[in-house]
Amino acid sequence: MSAEIYTSLTWLPPPPSDFQGQCRAAETHPTPGATLRALASHALDENQLSRLGRTLMRVAAAGRSLAPLQPFRLGLVGNATLDGLAPALVASAARHGFALECVLADFGQTIQEAVDPASLVNRSKPDAVLLAIDHRGLPLSFQLGEPESERDDVEAALAVIEEIRGGFRTHAGATSIVQTLPPPPESLFGNLDRLVPGSPRRLIAALNAAIGDSVSGSADILFDVAGLAETVGLGAWHSPAIWNLAKFPFGEDCLPIYAEHVARLIGAMRGRSRKCLILDLDNTLWGGVIGDDGLEGIRIAQGDATGEAHLDVQRYALALRQRGVVLAVSSKNTDEVARVPFRDHPEMLLKEDHFAVFQANWNDKATNIKAIAQELNLGLDAMVFLDDNPVERGLVRQMIPEVAVPELPEDPALFTRTLAAAGYFESVAFADEDRKRAEMYQSNARRVALSRQAGDVDAYLASLDMEVQFAPFDRTGRARIAQLINKSNQFNLTTRRYTESEVAEAEADLSVFTLQVRLVDRFGDNGMISVIICRALDASTWAIDTWLMSCRVLGRKLEQMVLREILINARRAGVAALVGTYRPTEKNALVINHYEKLGFAKLSGEPGDVTTWGLSTDTDVAAVPMRVVRAGQAVLAQ
Amino acid sequence: MVQVYEKLTEIFQDVFDDEDIAVTAELTADDVAEWDSLRHIQLILAVQKGFKVKFSAAEISGLHNVGDLAGLIEAKLK
Repeated sequence: MSAEIYTSLTWLPPPPSDFQGQCRAAETHPTPGATLRALASHALDENQLSRLGRTLMRVAAAGRSLAPLQPFRLGLVGNATLDGLAPALVASAARHGFALECVLADFGQTIQEAVDPASLVNRSKPDAVLLAIDHRGLPLSFQLGEPESERDDVEAALAVIEEIRGGFRTHAGATSIVQTLPPPPESLFGNLDRLVPGSPRRLIAALNAAIGDSVSGSADILFDVAGLAETVGLGAWHSPAIWNLAKFPFGEDCLPIYAEHVARLIGAMRGRSRKCLILDLDNTLWGGVIGDDGLEGIRIAQGDATGEAHLDVQRYALALRQRGVVLAVSSKNTDEVARVPFRDHPEMLLKEDHFAVFQANWNDKATNIKAIAQELNLGLDAMVFLDDNPVERGLVRQMIPEVAVPELPEDPALFTRTLAAAGYFESVAFADEDRKRAEMYQSNARRVALSRQAGDVDAYLASLDMEVQFAPFDRTGRARIAQLINKSNQFNLTTRRYTESEVAEAEADLSVFTLQVRLVDRFGDNGMISVIICRALDASTWAIDTWLMSCRVLGRKLEQMVLREILINARRAGVAALVGTYRPTEKNALVINHYEKLGFAKLSGEPGDVTTWGLSTDTDVAAVPMRVVRAGQAVLAQ
Repeated sequence: MVQVYEKLTEIFQDVFDDEDIAVTAELTADDVAEWDSLRHIQLILAVQKGFKVKFSAAEISGLHNVGDLAGLIEAKLK
């Protein structure tokens, strides 16, 4: 399963169900570049990649523009079926913003292609040449037990590679992308292989080290295929069946990640690496919700499996910062509350001054990310946004497609691995300025003013396919209702706590109106997310005793739908007016203007004190695009 | 068998980027202009993945037309 993170490109969203149809449609589109890039930005398997690659190649062959994709010409030489690699390379390059043109040498023609100034690859003046060469394409004798023979083999193989690189450098002025060699998994002695000179395992390790030394400091670029194959697993990488059948250099399942790595290197060559990691806080940097669970309740400690998973994310973010990636925060939280763990939690590895920008507020994250990019003077295409919440991810992806937003698995234990596998920060060099960059941005975790909303949030809400379910309190919901009543701190107007038996009393009391609210959307079931209790003040007035909601579903206009539901029921009961109360606590500043926003008029109280608010039940509240289900009946609220 | 042909048709349409390709038992590589050796491998890989089966080299080299392929798939799925 963990290797699948790599081979299945799990950080990318799954392809649309009518992928083929969209490929066909894009091919006839007048300006297909952006559409094809968007299609490429899904977790495509080898067949889908090849399909998309052929589409791109046909558009290019017809002489049509692939703008805004930038042209890049790649020569391919090697001891493999290169035309089997090319379509996948073309599709993966589109994912990274390139219109890749592949110039293929004939099978096995490597030195010949490099040293002949008139060869196809040299004449095409490629921007770079990929040397897709493995142990089957180099003069290696594998004489066992002979240290000298091993040295000779390494020298001879290195000389071949250097001659090829020199040829392309001289005749085409091209950068070579030089591969290391994944050793075959078949052992001779077993564990002893590592110790016996001339064994494939040992010799190839020595050769890879020599290739690294040779490329280091040169104008060429290393593609560490050996490292990639180790990551995936050598047994999965080398497939005897497909090599024998078609001279494919690795198992077909590995084609997507191989092609993705080539495309990343091309991106890095062209300075397209991303530079800033924007982190969500709740359930991303720590387990739990700081606003509700408090400093003692969040999980970020050693010895707690969930806490350690989140610590791992922090550790990795710190390591990225050390290599020059700028860190920022975007969190839906009250600023002071969000900063508490950084200041007061002893196990937190990240501190406030590790962040260049600290954006904790209740605005949509697309707006916040734009503000962060502007403040740092970095392009949106330099940003990566890490968030456990699929709705936030979807919103940012839709509003700002330039920002990279990795899909994350449910289990936080795999957050770090998924982020790392996505390779957003691929680089071809590590310079002094990288080391200093983070300090350059060493600010004071400042906040940035927001200009305006980033885009049409309503359209996104409609696309969420939400269904809200209303029901009075009941036996099955009782435990969860009591839990929410006792746990919710932020979106909680009165913060009145009730025991489970008090909840049961309210359930049975005919003078009390109760409401439990559930929400389902296209990402799944959010479960119970809101609880309401109204008590009859007199025959014509309801007092809203309790109104709370989970912050996870903020920004969905659910409050509006809940108010509609209360009004419908109040009118049915002959009630003329609602009275709401806001009781300020340390944690519920979020809802200080709740009633005002919903159109209530202030009845009493000064800012900072308890305030009360009134609303006539004749009030019309606009519906939000979502299905409403009451006691099993579906009604479309439009 | 009908289901095998339905699914094969989808796979052929995809591999050959041709919605109108008619997949019959008698169809061979000679009938499809784009069916070269590389496309043949891509077809075999797509079939293996689509039906969750694996073929040996001997089985692949024994195929003469789509009917052979469908028969092989049937036998593997049993």
